[in-house]
Amino acid sequence: MTGDEAGNGRDDMLIDGCEPEPSQENAVPDGFNADYLKVYYGKLFPHDDMFRWMSYGNDGKHPGCDQSYFGRREFSFTLDNDIYLRFQSFNSASDMEKSINEKCPFKIDIGPVYNVDPAKRHAYAQAGDNGFTPVERELVFDVDITDYDDVRYCCSGADVCLDCWPLMTVAIKVIDSGLRDDFGFNHILWVYSGRRGVHCWVCDGKARRLNNEQRAAIADYFRVYKGNENSQKKVTLMGHALHPFLARSYSEVLQKFFEGKLLCSQKLFSHEERFEKILDMIPDEKVKFAAATSELRGKWLESRRTSISKEDINIARWGTLKKTLHLRSKKVLGLGRCVEEIVFSYAYPRLDMEVSKHMNHLLKAPFCIHPKTGRVCVPIDPDCCEEFDPTTVPTLAELLGELNMGVMRSDGNDEWDKTSLGKSVRYFRSYFLQPLLKSCKEEIESSYNAKLQESKNSLSW
Amino acid sequence: MEIARSQRRTPAVADVVLGLPLYRSAPELQVRLEDFELFAIDRLRVLKGISDGLSRGKKPDEVETLVRDLLKSNMSHPQASEVINKDIISHFVLRLVYCRTEELRKWFLSMETTLFRYRFRLESSEVQRALMAEFDLPYKAVSNAEFENVKEKLGQVADSIGPKKKSMPNADTIFYKVPFEEVPELVAGRRVFLLKGYAYVAMNQVSSLVVTRFRSHLSKALVLTNRKWTSTIREREADRLTPIVESLSTSYLGPDYSQPREFAEISLKDIDQLAKSSFPLCMRHLFEKVKVVVIQSVLLLLHHKSIIKKNFPGVGLKLDDALAFWKAEFSRKIGAERFDKEYAYGIRHNYGKEGKRTDYTPYSCQKIISSTPGVGDHHGCPFRHFRSAR
Repeated sequence: MTGDEAGNGRDDMLIDGCEPEPSQENAVPDGFNADYLKVYYGKLFPHDDMFRWMSYGNDGKHPGCDQSYFGRREFSFTLDNDIYLRFQSFNSASDMEKSINEKCPFKIDIGPVYNVDPAKRHAYAQAGDNGFTPVERELVFDVDITDYDDVRYCCSGADVCLDCWPLMTVAIKVIDSGLRDDFGFNHILWVYSGRRGVHCWVCDGKARRLNNEQRAAIADYFRVYKGNENSQKKVTLMGHALHPFLARSYSEVLQKFFEGKLLCSQKLFSHEERFEKILDMIPDEKVKFAAATSELRGKWLESRRTSISKEDINIARWGTLKKTLHLRSKKVLGLGRCVEEIVFSYAYPRLDMEVSKHMNHLLKAPFCIHPKTGRVCVPIDPDCCEEFDPTTVPTLAELLGELNMGVMRSDGNDEWDKTSLGKSVRYFRSYFLQPLLKSCKEEIESSYNAKLQESKNSLSW
Repeated sequence: MEIARSQRRTPAVADVVLGLPLYRSAPELQVRLEDFELFAIDRLRVLKGISDGLSRGKKPDEVETLVRDLLKSNMSHPQASEVINKDIISHFVLRLVYCRTEELRKWFLSMETTLFRYRFRLESSEVQRALMAEFDLPYKAVSNAEFENVKEKLGQVADSIGPKKKSMPNADTIFYKVPFEEVPELVAGRRVFLLKGYAYVAMNQVSSLVVTRFRSHLSKALVLTNRKWTSTIREREADRLTPIVESLSTSYLGPDYSQPREFAEISLKDIDQLAKSSFPLCMRHLFEKVKVVVIQSVLLLLHHKSIIKKNFPGVGLKLDDALAFWKAEFSRKIGAERFDKEYAYGIRHNYGKEGKRTDYTPYSCQKIISSTPGVGDHHGCPFRHFRSAR
């Protein structure tokens, strides 16, 4: 949607700062630069929503509100030329907005809430043990498609296409259901990272107050894949049964996805080196299995040219493999997990563990623009994450084009509403922010009342 | 706790559940000055033994035996009734000794927690249950009705962690429903069933629950003790307990590098010679690799340098010399200017001249042994990580 269909673009209607002359009527040439970004921060970036989110209800009038809360949050800016400004903090919404507009950061990262204002950290650093320490931080997850390079054949590195993006969709579904059903979290925000992955912010009060040990425990709970260049089998499922969480992930998400989509989209059995990789995952210490795999291997190599059957070759071969393994696994103990192990290796989410384990890890803020792709880091609705298409996420240039069109129509405060960013901001507000702030308010009130009660009790003594 | 030269002694059983004290408050009793020090040294032997055992990578079963043996040989007392008192006194003395710096607290906390964990395991299930009650854990056993609802899932978890034979929990197995935050170890290993933020902890897993409580309580107490120590006790006891307390932590843990250095400084020109004669094996290997590898690839280095760098201050190499060393090694590949720009900060940081300005102490054996060197890494403990030369 570049707005090129609009036939009413006079030069003087263009937004200030768009130096490069647009070739089409209202369209803005692709690209990413500080001038575009200035306009974006000035007119589209939802400063106010970000402030309300990061305040967690403490910006209210209730006596239980902690007015210093927002000011103790670390923000970090990456400016042009990779200049890094850490420990930025703001006292108010307007303070933050002013700073963002002035400095025009290429990237905004969000850090933890500290015990004191991060800007004054040096004054407290000498105080000893708890001079300057993080006290609260959302539980965050980072899933990156580059970590799947050994199982996707369509792209590699930072590239993403519609054949491999569903791996991210699966990650969202598996982790999201674990966070909600197993850990009981409710306020979860999924965000497109702008290029090759997704970020997750768990914002429940309980999640924000987890210590590092508890964070690491949750990350470990979700970890199945143990990447290591030296071992062929990267997923090992022990025991006689799968843990209920893994069993549920397998039966509700992974199996369907692997058999219904991944097999064909990545052509996992069409080429020798690809099916070799899968056969390698079958433990061949057991003689019976070694025989089976070599038999399959022989058959598949031979039928390479004559594979014009009605059924898709990948599905057919996977079926044969499963049947073979199933038949034998009844006789040989410890091989029953083999089919699941293959599916888990290919489809189970691979998390960047370090991001989740520590309170003071920074993570890019939603609604930033990715400098390389120009795309906005928009929220993803986990309930319809299948519909999310990274290739149609609005880019900075597109948004400015839409803005040029919109300028003539009406004036209002919420300029984003007229652009394709509108639905993302609306989702952020109504599905994430409102329920979150409601429960924050309840939490603040109830802890305030509890405190009152406590002081009353101690007075009556 | 009062320290006296007299022999008067009152038993301190208030806080003890069948032989395993929880050390929640210092007992009201008098201790002879000799016992004060002797008991502490005995307990230190136990903790030190556990520490050694862990760093040798002993398995849980082996540690269990080790703990039993260590307790038997060090913590016994000729009078049976005094065993408990000795246990409690020695704990509180060491608490005083090990409250004084972050590093000491960390070590003590970790060792005492390990000791408690294994002692708890050695107890019978009756004592365990009594201990749980004593900790006042606000958890109720899962009711029968609720158990029926999740029975299948609990069975699945049991199957996924243990051998088939003793699985399938039945209504007799007691499960506790606790917030998952209380049992991070069990969550990390997927050894519990989780539902809406609650973990279903089986009776044989409760040690994790109790140990978490024990640990957090001790952790808080150590910080408080430290405050008391610095504000009053150290002054008041300057010519009686303070010397004992201050010497106890160093006498058994080898040289304390965090103290101001009085020993000789070395200079850059000696470092090649010293590396051969005096570096520990892991450092010597790393040092030699650094010199060779720099010529091949700077990239490979980025990782190890943090380890070898951190150890330079501890060796006694002065900051200027360290900068000169790294500059000489690096500039062969990347040029002096890039070195100044990209690496000098990191080295000054290690010497506490930048950033948070901490004077770093060298990594301990424990830390190096527990690291996991990846592909292309040269650090690690030679005795643990290096393959034997054939």
